[in-house]
Amino acid sequence: MSDLLAARAQMAISLAFHIVFAIAGIGMPVLMVLAERRWQATGDPVYLELARRWSKGTAILFAVGAVSGTVLSFELGLLWPRFMERAGPIIGMPFSLEGFAFFTEAIFLGVYLYGWDRLSPRAHRLAGILVAASGAVSGIFVVIANAWMNDPTGFELVNGTITRVDPLRAMANGAAFQQTLHMTLAAYATTGFAVAGIHAFLLLRDPLNGFHRRALSLGLALGAPAAILQPLSGDLSARYLAREQPVKLAAAEALFQTRQGAPLLIGGWPDVEAGRVRFALEIPRGLSLLAFHDPAAEVKGLDTVPREEWPPVPVVHAAFQIMVALGTYLDRVSLWAGWVAWRRRDLAGHRRLLQAIALAGPMGFIAVEAGWTVTEVGRQPWIIRGVMKTSEAVTPMPGLVVPLTFFTLLYLFLGAVVGWLLYSQIGRSPQHREWSRLYRPGTARAEG
Amino acid sequence: MSHDTLAHLLAAAILVSLNAYVLLGGADFGGGVWDLFASGPRRERQRDLVIHAIGPVWEANHVWLIVVVVLLFTCFPAGFARLAIALHIPLTLVLVGIVLRGSAFTFRSYGSESSAAERRWGLIFAGASLITPLLLGVAVGTIAAGRVRAPAGQSFLADYVAPWLTPFAWAVGLFTLVLFAFLAAVYLTLEAREDRELQEDFRRRALAAGLAAFGLAVTTLVLAWREARLVWQGLVVRPQAIAIHSLTAVAAVTALVSLYRRRYALARLAAGAQVSTILWGWGLAQFPYLLPPDLTITGAAAPARTLALTAAALGLGGAILVPSLRYLFRVFKSWGPDTGSR
Repeated sequence: MSDLLAARAQMAISLAFHIVFAIAGIGMPVLMVLAERRWQATGDPVYLELARRWSKGTAILFAVGAVSGTVLSFELGLLWPRFMERAGPIIGMPFSLEGFAFFTEAIFLGVYLYGWDRLSPRAHRLAGILVAASGAVSGIFVVIANAWMNDPTGFELVNGTITRVDPLRAMANGAAFQQTLHMTLAAYATTGFAVAGIHAFLLLRDPLNGFHRRALSLGLALGAPAAILQPLSGDLSARYLAREQPVKLAAAEALFQTRQGAPLLIGGWPDVEAGRVRFALEIPRGLSLLAFHDPAAEVKGLDTVPREEWPPVPVVHAAFQIMVALGTYLDRVSLWAGWVAWRRRDLAGHRRLLQAIALAGPMGFIAVEAGWTVTEVGRQPWIIRGVMKTSEAVTPMPGLVVPLTFFTLLYLFLGAVVGWLLYSQIGRSPQHREWSRLYRPGTARAEG
Repeated sequence: MSHDTLAHLLAAAILVSLNAYVLLGGADFGGGVWDLFASGPRRERQRDLVIHAIGPVWEANHVWLIVVVVLLFTCFPAGFARLAIALHIPLTLVLVGIVLRGSAFTFRSYGSESSAAERRWGLIFAGASLITPLLLGVAVGTIAAGRVRAPAGQSFLADYVAPWLTPFAWAVGLFTLVLFAFLAAVYLTLEAREDRELQEDFRRRALAAGLAAFGLAVTTLVLAWREARLVWQGLVVRPQAIAIHSLTAVAAVTALVSLYRRRYALARLAAGAQVSTILWGWGLAQFPYLLPPDLTITGAAAPARTLALTAAALGLGGAILVPSLRYLFRVFKSWGPDTGSR
């Protein structure tokens, strides 16, 4: 394995690992605050138990997110020193602001977790709200930095040297709005459905359990609206890509030739050598319609750039299909659940719906990983699109396969431990005898 | 403000953040050391005290390191790139320590209630608490010795191992570890206010670590004469060195004497001052260099607009951060009558 590939693999694994925890760090605090609020409003002890469990879950996920995020901040330099040398002064700004947002999140999470008995209920809830808000803000700043790599602005390039650096204009880059919106919605949809999925699964076996019923409603209250809004945000992103990053969209759609009235391909496997896609379902003019809201519009294909500047088309195309398919599924399940709830029917008694929600549990995470694959692999061979190639950015240190192996094993181990801990902390039904009061059957329809 | 003034201001801001990390995060690492060396009849109580003291604050304390890294790559990108290349191996090990320590601590707090599992995580937590301070110190020692240079393209060993595999660098590493342990023991005497026996345990540990730190300081200085002449000159010959040395000496003696006389609040203040003056002594000794012997602070600095905006962001962030931190420490570290007990 070449050092460049090893560095890319290590970065990919570190990001893929961190993103799971970063998302949970954005979504879980919202759930924990919602549960606490319900408890304070209703006095129902089940909500207090939920708030406490979710805050423990947040603590575990946040801790792993914090350390894996620290790893990333170092890895930016350890693996891509030449990139950071050039980009640091331009995109250091959002990272600095993110540092403060993250700091606030850490401080108030400490206050929240250890302050149950030390603060007034209002102060405690306020601490939780600050955790949720600063979690969202810190995610937004990091995504802004990434958006700059896709749409670099705020500097001038004179004979290959970066001059006239303007960090504020760099932050206001063209990709920032679409990407941060898409990612924030994804974080809420993913966390909400992960929680709803776990409890839907447990309700299938224990349909009257009031604990799982309440958890399911809160999970859906967070996840479903976000999942319903996400396709709209996706539409914004696609139209932006078509205008500003046509190569990425062309790779995602495996559009080899520029054409008017371009079709939308569903599934299929791109044959890069032959320049066509096999086994795809073709919707005539679909891509032009989606990308420009005009069935006759011209969509730029991969042929607009030289062959050596193509990203790995099959990977980007497959990842894009997965993301869209899973996002669509979450959207439909959300609409279905909304319909059932609106008709005032019992969500938890609807077995088919519960099965669909349980199936949706892991889908958000898979969709997010696929989406980031589209963004990152779709930008290759560039690390800063049009300015610096990934191969120019990598560290000169040889033997990068060693840290790659090491971090892979470390993260596999940590992932397994976290999975087990979360299961034992927040997934499992309350079992201890002193919790038996929590076992009240749910009311006829779901609350929340 | 001119570019050079801004650059020096931000270099100072990095040192302030590093100072905060050393005083707060460093003590958390030191707590891990005392977890590892918990002994005697009160062993479990010692461990409980460490966990209890670290629990609410360690996440926030840890963020100071991220602030240091972010400021470094935003404001001194050339220095950051060179550090990341030459010190790839020790910095990777620092990361491994951070990952294992942070996750083991959380897993122990929230994991299964079986004491065997708790002990296993405790061991990882404590072991990892040794790696990170030691190698952070090694990195600092390598910088001070002027051995962080662009790779010459010779052999792997010459470019990526030899620079930091020196007696001086490892002496600084050990020194750092012992100072962190010293800080932690001093802080823990206050945390143990309610339990006289436990307080005596940590008083003895603090005194021992304080004396060990003195021995290592002398060793480091002798090795600096051989290996890190620039810093040695800065520490010994330059006029401001005398001033900062006197401060360190006064603080160190005050810390030990007040520990001996069981005046713990004063000991904490003096120990913090001692460690801080050592850190600033290093910084001033290698001024105006970011990475001796050739990369100066101004030479490595980002464009003025970046520096000015970052300084503004620091002001804004500080305005949010300082009251938040004060609140956190007021809620959990008041050392009032109801704290310190479980």
